[in-house]
Amino acid sequence: MSVRELELDLDAFEGPFDLLLTLVLREELPLAEVDVAGIVLAFVERLAEREELDLDACGEFLVLVAALLELKARGLFSGEAGLEDLDPGEAAEELARRLEEYRRIKGAAQWLSERLALERDRFFRLGPAPLAPRGERRLAEQDPAALAALLQALVAEPPDVSLAHLELRFPPVSRFLEQFRAVLGRRQRFDFDHEVEGLTRVEQAVAFLALLELRRAGEITLEQAAPFAPIRVSRGVVHEEEVAWNARSA
Amino acid sequence: MERPLRLIQANPLDSLARTIEALLVVASQPLSVDELVEACEDEAERVETALGLLSERYREGRSGIVLEQVAGGWAFRASRDAAEACGRLFERPVERSLSQAALETLAVVAYMGPCSRPEIARWRGVAVDSVVAGLVERGLIAEAGRGDLGVVRYRVTPLFERVFGLESLAALPRLDEFGGDAEELRGRLESLAERRPA
Repeated sequence: MSVRELELDLDAFEGPFDLLLTLVLREELPLAEVDVAGIVLAFVERLAEREELDLDACGEFLVLVAALLELKARGLFSGEAGLEDLDPGEAAEELARRLEEYRRIKGAAQWLSERLALERDRFFRLGPAPLAPRGERRLAEQDPAALAALLQALVAEPPDVSLAHLELRFPPVSRFLEQFRAVLGRRQRFDFDHEVEGLTRVEQAVAFLALLELRRAGEITLEQAAPFAPIRVSRGVVHEEEVAWNARSA
Repeated sequence: MERPLRLIQANPLDSLARTIEALLVVASQPLSVDELVEACEDEAERVETALGLLSERYREGRSGIVLEQVAGGWAFRASRDAAEACGRLFERPVERSLSQAALETLAVVAYMGPCSRPEIARWRGVAVDSVVAGLVERGLIAEAGRGDLGVVRYRVTPLFERVFGLESLAALPRLDEFGGDAEELRGRLESLAERRPA
């Protein structure tokens, strides 16, 4: 008889005991929801169905249920200060008090159950009361002028939303193509950083695109000693047709 | 040949009793004496006397409709003789499959209410969220404001009293009556505590 295959049918869980343990250990099923007494009942019923006592199974079950109970007790009483500090006598007294309370509630539940069985043949009308008095909505005295002022605030035209932050102006790449070609016409090489100094970040980015275009066309060669070091631009081999194409595409 | 009409001395409360009868027919929940007094625009004493007359007229074994005092008011219900036929026509969904967990939760709320879910969980030793939600859905318990920490508290509803046939919550037996042998339990626990290593 395998304890772990014990089929359970509890309020919070339905399935084999093994799966319940897995879910509890993975914290996917709160142990506070689990009726441990229900597990014990299921096991005892299973035992009763068998003619011989399986001591191994009983031992395993006791260990598992004791662990479950301890976990659950810690979970339920974790917020209560001082309970662990009680001496055994006081702890027993506290436990007895709680068990007594629970026993009374169980007794009351049993009484309700019996009462329900007795009253099962009482039929009465259920439903919303058709003539139930309707609650009268009483509003405080209102000043019409104040209401008008509030409404006026609601109908006022909202201020125009500024779109200034969206206005990014991009200079044409061709402008920098021409500028760099002019510089290289005068000099063999130049510093990119020096040429774009004082420009906005957007303009610098466009200038860099122009630089890449010239490099692709083979008009220039680029050198950079190290990352973030100044970019040295030197005159390269010029192919007329490629330059024209790149200038147009830019 | 027609007999001449015989004059009968009518009970002076007959008119009031008929009005109360009508009010109870249109109401789908018990009506308190105060509500009847207000609706009839009459005196409480006369209304109570009229209710007494109606109770006699609509009593078990005499009529298919029975007038009963339940859930803090007066209401009509079907007589028990007609229960089987009523059962064939209707079911009582409110209390269908009330589990042990639901009954224990109801008991806690009925005796200790208004109380919050953590308080109910403390009494029962298990979390009660789903049970409480089920009982609210059935209309047996309802929210009754919030506690100090803003936690929702619950109480039983008039429907609870009606389903269980209680005139009011005062009709519940005293909780002490369900105590059992507390001393024996205490003694067993104390002896266990003494055996426990310190």
